[in-house]
Amino acid sequence: MREIEFNDIVKAVRDIIVHCGTDLPQDTYDALKEAMENEKSPVSKEVIRQILENADIAKDEKRPLCQDTGLAVFFVKVGEDVKVKGGLLKDAINKGTEQGYTDAYLRASTCEPFSRANLKDTVGYNLPAIIHFDIVAGDKIDIEYAAKGGGSENVSRARVFPPAAGKAGIINYVKEVISDAGGNPCPPITVGVGIGGTFEKACISSKHALFRDIGSVNEDEEMAEMEKEILEEINKLGIGAMGMGGTKTALAVHIESNPCHIASLPVSVNVQCHSSRHTHITI
Amino acid sequence: MAQYTLTTPLTSKDTKKLKAGDTVLLNGTLFTARDAAHKRLVALIEKGEELPFDLEGSVIYFVGPTPPKPGDPIGSAGPTTSYRMDSFSPTMLKNGSKGMIGKGKRDQAVKDACVDYDGIYFGATGGAGALLGKQITSAEVIAYPELGPEAVRKITVKDFPVTVINDTYGNDLYQMGRKQYEVKD
Ligand code: SF4
Repeated sequence: MREIEFNDIVKAVRDIIVHCGTDLPQDTYDALKEAMENEKSPVSKEVIRQILENADIAKDEKRPLCQDTGLAVFFVKVGEDVKVKGGLLKDAINKGTEQGYTDAYLRASTCEPFSRANLKDTVGYNLPAIIHFDIVAGDKIDIEYAAKGGGSENVSRARVFPPAAGKAGIINYVKEVISDAGGNPCPPITVGVGIGGTFEKACISSKHALFRDIGSVNEDEEMAEMEKEILEEINKLGIGAMGMGGTKTALAVHIESNPCHIASLPVSVNVQCHSSRHTHITI
Repeated sequence: MAQYTLTTPLTSKDTKKLKAGDTVLLNGTLFTARDAAHKRLVALIEKGEELPFDLEGSVIYFVGPTPPKPGDPIGSAGPTTSYRMDSFSPTMLKNGSKGMIGKGKRDQAVKDACVDYDGIYFGATGGAGALLGKQITSAEVIAYPELGPEAVRKITVKDFPVTVINDTYGNDLYQMGRKQYEVKD
């Protein structure tokens, strides 16, 4: 049994949050650069130029990329042969989140659903983090992190289709969700599509799909094809950067597909904005 | 598409020359407010009470900035999604405000109010919080400090880059731009 110190996890989580707050990941930066080069609309081109300049300023001057520094979302795979010494893993991740958000001058954006009271002085600064755990073989802890802003989360949707809807039904649905969203989720976006499983499994899969690097190819050939097809369809919508009209509405479509019940075809669409702050560490 | 440099407070003469798609560098004072602050401001207007700032010619920026780093006037400060202000903006425009800065589409009532009261809805680049925050040279909370990032701030901007989305003639850049680049099968 390998032992990992509670405080080492706190520090590791704090560090990735500080880093992601100001440094746009390379995959996203490269994809935006390519989008700028290929964008046909001069207005959208200028918007993407500003987005890239913003990323440069944020990195050089250590300023948050966006004022919406998001809720902290984690996918954590815990090896069966690991033990956290000195506290609970969940508490360590929350503590690291609070420290990272405070140290990097990020915004505390968690609140009560109805009174809208900010939770920074009661629960903790930008707490609680959203954490999805999984147990795997081995003696490591694998942490995937993304900052998830409200603008893009607000346009996300899920629906359980009858099986007969098939691929065509899913493609239409994704297109409809992105069309209705327009400029609100800060395009150029990444679109996460969760297919199959149960209702909540589809939702979590669509979220996890956003953690994949832009430009990576889906291992499942059929899904890789479908990603390409949906991306093409979305970019025909003409929404463009920040909805101002253009040919680059989405940078990528990522699909995660799961086995499902014989009676249903759940689909979830989760959107990530151009400020796709995400990373991955193994402890 | 024309480019302008304008200084607040704006007048009808300023706003009437702008067309959807024009880019503007704004200078002068802006007031920040999101939905929670709008709710309170509109309640004051309805009761006929005094507002924390003069609405005449004002430009309202929909933003909830990050906390400033030591020595900075403000943190990152890009626009938030505007539809949450749709139910309040017509009242603000009717009472003298001339502009709004945000991101994302507005409802018909807001677009109509822009036509009726010579208002402009400007779009700023969402997610460009570091770049836009740098164009803000001073910031001061003037009302509702208890709202935290949502408090009303008086900010001074220098060459703050925005694009005209809805003009005083009923045009909408989101619709125009999309129509132009949409590919129909
Ligand atoms: S959608 Fe993303 S880029 Fe846009 S304001 Fe929200 S967090 Fe920032």
